[in-house]
Amino acid sequence: MNSVPDIFRVLPEVILTLTGVAVMLIDGSLPSGFPRRPLGWVAAVGTTLALWASLWQFSLPQGTGFYGTVETSAFTIFFHVLICGIVLVALLLSLDTLPEGSHHQGEFYALVAFGAVGMCLLSGAVELLLVFIALEISSISTYILAGYRKDTARGPEAAIKYFLLGSFATGFLLYGVALIFGATGTTQIYEIARLAPSADNHSFVLAGLGLMLVGILFKVSAAPFHIWTPDVYEGAPSPVVALLSTAPKAAAFALLLRVVYEMFPSLHGLWSPLLWIVAVLSMTVGNLAALRQENVKRMLAYSSIAHAGYLLAAFAGLGTSGIAAASFYTAAYAAMNVGVFAVITLVSGYDEELPLVGDFRGLIYRSPLLGSLLIFFLVSLVGIPFTGGFFGKFYAFSAAVGGGAVWLAIIGLLNSGLAAAYYLRLALAAAQRRAAKEGDAEVPTPQVGVAVGAALLLAVAATLVLGIAPGEVLRAAEAGAHTLQSPPALTAPTVVGVAMQQKP
Amino acid sequence: MNESILTLILLAPLAGAVLVALAPDRGKLSNWIALLTSLVSFGLTLHLPAHFILGQNGFQFEINYPWIENPAIFYHVGVDGLSLWLVVLTGLLAPVGVLASWNAITERRKIFFALFLVQQTAMFGVFVSLDLMLYYGFWELSLVPMAILIAMYGRKNGPRAAIRFFLFTFIPSAPLLVAILWLYARTGSSDFATLQILIAHGSFPAGPLCWAAFAFLFAFAVKVPIFPLHGWLADTFSEAPVALAMVVAGKLGLYSMLRFHVALFPVQARQAAPYLIAVAVVGVLYGACLALVQRDFWRLLAFAALSHLSLITLGIYGFTQTGSSGAVYQILSHGIIDGALFVLLGILYDRYASSQIASYGGLASSLPHTATLFVITALAMIGLPMLSGFVGEFLILSSTFTGVSRGWAIAASLGVILGAAYMLWLVQRLFYGPESTLATSKRAVDLQFRESALLWPLATLMLVMGVAPMLWLPSIETGVHPLQWKESPAYPHFALSPAAPNSSHGEGQR
Repeated sequence: MNSVPDIFRVLPEVILTLTGVAVMLIDGSLPSGFPRRPLGWVAAVGTTLALWASLWQFSLPQGTGFYGTVETSAFTIFFHVLICGIVLVALLLSLDTLPEGSHHQGEFYALVAFGAVGMCLLSGAVELLLVFIALEISSISTYILAGYRKDTARGPEAAIKYFLLGSFATGFLLYGVALIFGATGTTQIYEIARLAPSADNHSFVLAGLGLMLVGILFKVSAAPFHIWTPDVYEGAPSPVVALLSTAPKAAAFALLLRVVYEMFPSLHGLWSPLLWIVAVLSMTVGNLAALRQENVKRMLAYSSIAHAGYLLAAFAGLGTSGIAAASFYTAAYAAMNVGVFAVITLVSGYDEELPLVGDFRGLIYRSPLLGSLLIFFLVSLVGIPFTGGFFGKFYAFSAAVGGGAVWLAIIGLLNSGLAAAYYLRLALAAAQRRAAKEGDAEVPTPQVGVAVGAALLLAVAATLVLGIAPGEVLRAAEAGAHTLQSPPALTAPTVVGVAMQQKP
Repeated sequence: MNESILTLILLAPLAGAVLVALAPDRGKLSNWIALLTSLVSFGLTLHLPAHFILGQNGFQFEINYPWIENPAIFYHVGVDGLSLWLVVLTGLLAPVGVLASWNAITERRKIFFALFLVQQTAMFGVFVSLDLMLYYGFWELSLVPMAILIAMYGRKNGPRAAIRFFLFTFIPSAPLLVAILWLYARTGSSDFATLQILIAHGSFPAGPLCWAAFAFLFAFAVKVPIFPLHGWLADTFSEAPVALAMVVAGKLGLYSMLRFHVALFPVQARQAAPYLIAVAVVGVLYGACLALVQRDFWRLLAFAALSHLSLITLGIYGFTQTGSSGAVYQILSHGIIDGALFVLLGILYDRYASSQIASYGGLASSLPHTATLFVITALAMIGLPMLSGFVGEFLILSSTFTGVSRGWAIAASLGVILGAAYMLWLVQRLFYGPESTLATSKRAVDLQFRESALLWPLATLMLVMGVAPMLWLPSIETGVHPLQWKESPAYPHFALSPAAPNSSHGEGQR
């Protein structure tokens, strides 16, 4: 078992890093004025390879590498595939929508690839310092990407806001790590799980958990740590928001699952009610605020806060069912949210001349394809059966009901009724005939290119598959949940690549 | 064939929708594909009564196939006497809807017909699903095409009506889903038959079960709708395209009440019955009174529907064999009559672009065939003997009179009389009297071939259903019979009271 070289444990990350470096090097060596668009294809191919490498990791025995810091298991593979998939779609989307020439396209693609490295690493890390490093890698890339529209006032504002608040959050996380290290003398997650219940300074452990939760909940934009979300989403370019609202969140949720279920299962009585409150708060605050938004991206920003709340409802579930439901929801949410932002990018344009709900009026008459797709993704976000959104909510709330949190499920489902109001406002605006009386200039019909077409196809296919035949994905999520639920009986940081054994 | 027929019925409209979506948006190609698909699916539904075995209890044409492992959701479909004719009715109204939209829908035909066919699948799904989760899936799915099409083709303010419709039906389905999840969490099954047995054997704590039953009832009551939950109805009727308005109210909710409230939670349903009866009678009278004063014929139709649907609810919660049979029969009859009325009023709206009753008058001279058909339909709706409306109304009212309470029966009959008043007055104001300026200014043609071809069969059906109810009633009774385990000829005057003894219920069931 020890024969697995460490490098294989981080193969997707290695491929992504090489891709990013290659893109930067090629970008630097190309003469100025030369089209940078092919670099996007390079990045897309690299991401596809990374995705394939993640799948290939299934053939590895489950275990850790690099002195017990990185893990490969069904759980990490699930999130690796998910993150690489999102990044791939986001890259395809950017390929056709980034304006040629004026922007530093090469850097853009490289940053996306580096961000993906951080997110993948975050979902695989089982050592808190590596967790911190991974979080920083992913965050710094996304800070820069958020401010990519430098020529607008909102772009830099978004980046600075995201950076300042994000740094605070990582600070909290790091402080939590330090306290936990102080209490247990280790930063290895399995070790902490073993030592924490009997730690002398139990109050340090509690404080550490609290601080870490603050940091992570900020990253998933759960209320009351959600303040940054609408401004950042509004200021960042839409293809970036497609990425920003899904991939880092998926990675952060992977971390949250690891922290609460793997590191501190003993403190279930503490974090469970906390997350209950945060879940209810997020859904309610997100939905109520979204109801009043006129700007589509701000509306979806608040909706993403609400979705973080639905997802946190799954944490009320018991062990495996809760983890599986949360993982599944992450995937379903990613599929539909990337899709909806893809459509919005195409309709609003990179410079967002048409950012308001009213601007989407009559979309289905202008472009039947985009109109139908927008409605489809919104319907999925509402949570109508036979779409991914339904099973996401379904599993999350049935996990909650199974865990005894019936009220959480009721609040959540009533909230999704509330959410239907604003999703429908947009969907039905798109379906409505446009009043011709305004006499405004002819709105250009958005064109769907090959890359964007592929991105949309992937998103639609994922949303439909998750809605009609969720079995396979759910099985993968459950396999991941099992690996998280049964940490190895004995691992020391010095033992390299210990094969993990599943509890019977 | 018998095993796969329900799957075929479910898939046929869906396949048509995909075909419409893929075909080019040229001329009336989408219309033809939709018409062909709907005729095929109607033909398929006719297979069911042809091969239905009378007197056999339980479900027929059953398929039970695992769909999702965890949670264990089964693709479990089947029909019994309760749903048999509703499936056929849904099949029949599909070509009617397509023909009614033939010229009315001029823009984005592709989207209209594709969504119309998806809606068709969803409705079939609701009637045949025997797994609660599957049922819930189709139930929710039926909202989406409806809401989008109301928004797209609304007459004045489509999106507002669409949001209203959607939220009114979507929010109550949240507690419904929680209730289903709760049942599933306790038993590991969402199968209708399994749950029915488990509930009857008292495997659930009484308190929460009562809430679960209430969640089911509430979702259905909004969908029917019954008084006072009818807030969405008038707007939806005045905005929705004819083809969708004729299916939006009534049968889905009423069928669900019978199958998933009365049959699934018999004890709780009986406890709720006295209140529901009172609400239903109020609804009958309230709807009729409001229908009398409406100036817009869509809204008049909405309140008339409220009145009639409340009457059917009365039949269901009277808990008598005849009452329930009458209720199912009345659902069928109301579906056909309402469909015909919508088509007829849609014809007027197409020709004159007004839904204000006052702007019409004296149309009978220029549109004689339309007038004839309208009168027939109106008479059927009023419940004239020999026409379809009579049978159901008679069964419901007489069973209420003998089996429930004379007072309520008399009050409900009053509503029926009011029904005659508003319908006849509507006929008079639209078709007779002096010709209005609208009628003289716009010379409209009478029924076209397409319109006659769809209205005359419906009118004939009203007549046949009025004259020969025995073609339908035996199979309906097969379906209704298992619901009525308390009643037997020995207790003709079954007293409804919330405190009905529980022990005897269990006995009767077994």
